[in-house]
Amino acid sequence: MTLLLLTILLPALAGTASYFIRPHRIRRLLWGTTAVLHLALSLAAALPMNATPLDHWIGMDSLSAIFLVLTSVLFLGATVYGIGYVAREPVAPQLDSEDGSLFKNEPESIFTGAILLLLAAMTLAIVSRHLALQWVAIEATTLASAPLIYYHQNRRSLEAAWKYLILCSVGIAVALLGIFFIRMTIQDGPHELTLATLLARADTLNHKWLSTAFIFMLVGYGTKMGLAPLHTWLPDAHSEAPSPVSAMLSGALLNCAFLGILRVQQVCAAAGMASFGGDLLVLFGLVSMGLAGVFILRQADYKRMLAYSSVEHMGILALGVGLGGLGLFGSFLHAVNHSIVKAMLFLTAGNLLSRFHTKDTMKIQGACGVLPISGALWIAGFLAVTGSPPFGTFISEFTILRAGFNQGRWVVATFYVVFLLLAFVGMAGIVLRMALGRKTTDTEHATVLSAVLDSPSAAARAREPWTAVLPPLVFAVIALLLGVYLPGPLAQKLQDAAQLFGGMAK
Amino acid sequence: MTVISVLLILSCLLLLGSSRLHVAIRVVAAQGLLLGVLPIVRSAENLHVAILILGLSTIVSKGILLPWLMNTCLRLSGIRREIEPFVGFGPSLLCGTALLGLAVWIAVRLQLPQVPLILLTSSFFAILVGLFLMVTRRKAITQSLAYLVMENGVYGVGISMSLDFPFLVELGILLDVFVGVFLMGNLLFHLDREFEHLDADKLTELSDLSEPAPAGEERV
Repeated sequence: MTLLLLTILLPALAGTASYFIRPHRIRRLLWGTTAVLHLALSLAAALPMNATPLDHWIGMDSLSAIFLVLTSVLFLGATVYGIGYVAREPVAPQLDSEDGSLFKNEPESIFTGAILLLLAAMTLAIVSRHLALQWVAIEATTLASAPLIYYHQNRRSLEAAWKYLILCSVGIAVALLGIFFIRMTIQDGPHELTLATLLARADTLNHKWLSTAFIFMLVGYGTKMGLAPLHTWLPDAHSEAPSPVSAMLSGALLNCAFLGILRVQQVCAAAGMASFGGDLLVLFGLVSMGLAGVFILRQADYKRMLAYSSVEHMGILALGVGLGGLGLFGSFLHAVNHSIVKAMLFLTAGNLLSRFHTKDTMKIQGACGVLPISGALWIAGFLAVTGSPPFGTFISEFTILRAGFNQGRWVVATFYVVFLLLAFVGMAGIVLRMALGRKTTDTEHATVLSAVLDSPSAAARAREPWTAVLPPLVFAVIALLLGVYLPGPLAQKLQDAAQLFGGMAK
Repeated sequence: MTVISVLLILSCLLLLGSSRLHVAIRVVAAQGLLLGVLPIVRSAENLHVAILILGLSTIVSKGILLPWLMNTCLRLSGIRREIEPFVGFGPSLLCGTALLGLAVWIAVRLQLPQVPLILLTSSFFAILVGLFLMVTRRKAITQSLAYLVMENGVYGVGISMSLDFPFLVELGILLDVFVGVFLMGNLLFHLDREFEHLDADKLTELSDLSEPAPAGEERV
């Protein structure tokens, strides 16, 4: 309990302090230290079994243990990358590479403060066991991340931040309405909205109210999770944010909203309504996968491509949970795999962006020759995110497919495979050309590009700084290892988490 | 309580029919005051400090601080009116009556004997009006006002169901809404500076569905 409180308070205090610390070195040191300490605290809180009693407002079950450690690992990676990133970003106003206007970055203190507060809010969202408290935390993540998306303070990031703030706030207000309805499911007795109370009284809950509440919360948190057709803010926000922030948003923040949906599905499952919520989740999952696949296919901006890929993978997660049984295990494993891989891809995309100064897929050719490590990571990331063996994503996606076949849901399974192939084909065309292509057809841009590559200052920058290469490299290794070996404690946690929803036997 | 509910409904109708933005801000401020008074009136018999603090902080944040922020935005940007909404003011009022009907239908359908029907109706009406304003008005400032109206409605539903959320959670919800609108206000300043207008429907540079407008066109 104290440990968990510390895990929340540490980044919250460090974030608040960051706003007031003037010297860059001290603030960056604080940022790095907080990330390391947070990981240590999370591991200490997550590894022991049943360390905290679960009838409090905050507590740790196997599901939150998985997500907490995952978030903390990603944050450490984003921190190493991010400290180098903000240090390299110019303080003076600079020219926008896309529309030629001038823009000036946010003060670094605001950026650091916001990202640490985001970590605090995500931690609270993961460990809270009171539905309304979790709502407060998830809304707080939106508020903390809006300044991060607006870091570059140009027109596009402004537009992205505005849409993000408005759409997610409205969505989350709908979820709050759903939480009010959950309160109405309890007919008499204590009305506390803790999971412990709800699960203990699951048999007596009013089914009509529970189904209404589930729909409201699915739509509300689904907006924040990026389930199609509620995803419209996501490609904008994830592509305009600085790359370490995109990695956090796609890898960690979407999971928090997913957890919001999981909690109410957990209550539904306990009340014997697993298939009601499950069918809705399968539907949303398939729609998300299909829509994202179509938009990946004709995408001209590689960060947007990654963002749509996140929509697709959120669809896979929803689908897996919706199927239930073995799908639950697959879905939680996939959440781990996807977060690691997507964070790695966004960080690599940041390296490409800072080298080529464009997000246009047609204007980058032969990245492997210019940036050997990032180019190789870009291809590896593509293979991993599309679920190719031997990466961990292959195993988790295959597990979900098996769940579909086991239950005899052939139509769902067929659509699932078709949509996976669609995303594979779409990304293959874009990524392989970017990484391996030799000639550029756009002659005007080719001259600009060669000028960028040949100028002496560019030559100095051509070496890939270790802060920009190490985190994605480590994530790539983790993604690969998860494909060949699933550590015992993690497998145990995943099975326990599936048990919360009625188990894997089905 | 009936008086408050009726005033809430009237204020929503006023929002639908008014084109002047400073009137709209005042109406939303009045809603904030009403919602601050509401929990105090609702539990007048067993009033305790927590409810009093909650009501007062609602009045201060939603009734005073946020409207003041919005007014500052309005003054700096120099706009006065909501021009050419996607749905005109007359038809908006007409839609408003339809939404009111819908709100009554929802409130009756919920079958909550212990909850005053008119309070529930007015709260759902505020949610629906907020959503309606969000999609039919052009100005970004109206969108943030619409969010506030919708949030007021959600808050009203919470009060009318007399939810016994822990005090800290209630304060957290209020704080979230306050910071949210505060951030929106901050972004409004930047929107005004960058785009020299506050028309949210011209935020179309990021889209996969249509060709983006050539840069610089908006400045004309």
